[in-house]
Amino acid sequence: MLKKIVTSAVFAGVGAGVLAALLQLALVVPLIMEAELFESGARVHFPEGGSPQSDRGAPSVWEEPLRHIYTVGFSAVTFTAYAFLMIAGFLLAERFGHEVTTRRGLFWGLCGGLAVVIAPAISMPPELPGAIGAEVGPRQAWYLSCVVLTLIGLSQIGLGTRARYMMTAPVFLLAPHLIGAPHLDTYFGVAPPELASEFVARVMGVALISWTLLGLFAAYFWTRPEET
Amino acid sequence: MEKNAKAIAATQSQASTNADIMGVAGAALIGLALLFAAGFAQASVLHDTAHDMRHAMSFPCH
Repeated sequence: MLKKIVTSAVFAGVGAGVLAALLQLALVVPLIMEAELFESGARVHFPEGGSPQSDRGAPSVWEEPLRHIYTVGFSAVTFTAYAFLMIAGFLLAERFGHEVTTRRGLFWGLCGGLAVVIAPAISMPPELPGAIGAEVGPRQAWYLSCVVLTLIGLSQIGLGTRARYMMTAPVFLLAPHLIGAPHLDTYFGVAPPELASEFVARVMGVALISWTLLGLFAAYFWTRPEET
Repeated sequence: MEKNAKAIAATQSQASTNADIMGVAGAALIGLALLFAAGFAQASVLHDTAHDMRHAMSFPCH
């Protein structure tokens, strides 16, 4: 049992994590590196008294190979962590009579991406380096609560067998946003708005793709017949 | 005889329930521990090396 859990989670997590990291290196990391130019002041978009204007273009990702190797490594670790949690979910679902299939894994993955990235982004959008936000502790607490409540709401819709779950699910889904994420009452951004919006869109797109792959891989390895 | 069979079946199903619970708990614990280290721990070595991944995965970073 434990062996099956570990092998499924590691295969699925490392596979999805490495693919996610490649997508991030192509689409997201260049925007992070570009934002760092504004964070450090090497580029200025809002000069005092001048019109907001600055050069476009990211530094090459080939300049700091070690940094990106770390990113690939941590992406693999993070997705392996998500894979373990998803397989804990598979076990619980099977315990309550829900069959897990490779194709259903797609939905598990999509829902995971919704819960971990898209739902929190509604009230607390992903931030570029250099963005100044509220204290990190309360934001982490809000983020985690939002993920947990969204997972409860989604599982009530996806796995719930009683009609009343359809009434309670929206409560769980909406609660974190009605309560609201910690925010400052001032804008501090130094990066161009175009860069920030491109970053947020790509983070969410890449996350949904990566999570869908994770669900597919995790369900595939989980349902593979055990070798004896 | 039948009683015995029932008792054995009950013990087996109890054992499989325990194995399931251990499986869920084990998988969840490993997952949460890895997630905390990669995504949430504020130690500066972890923060710096996981920096780009944290931003790209929309963790609240700093």
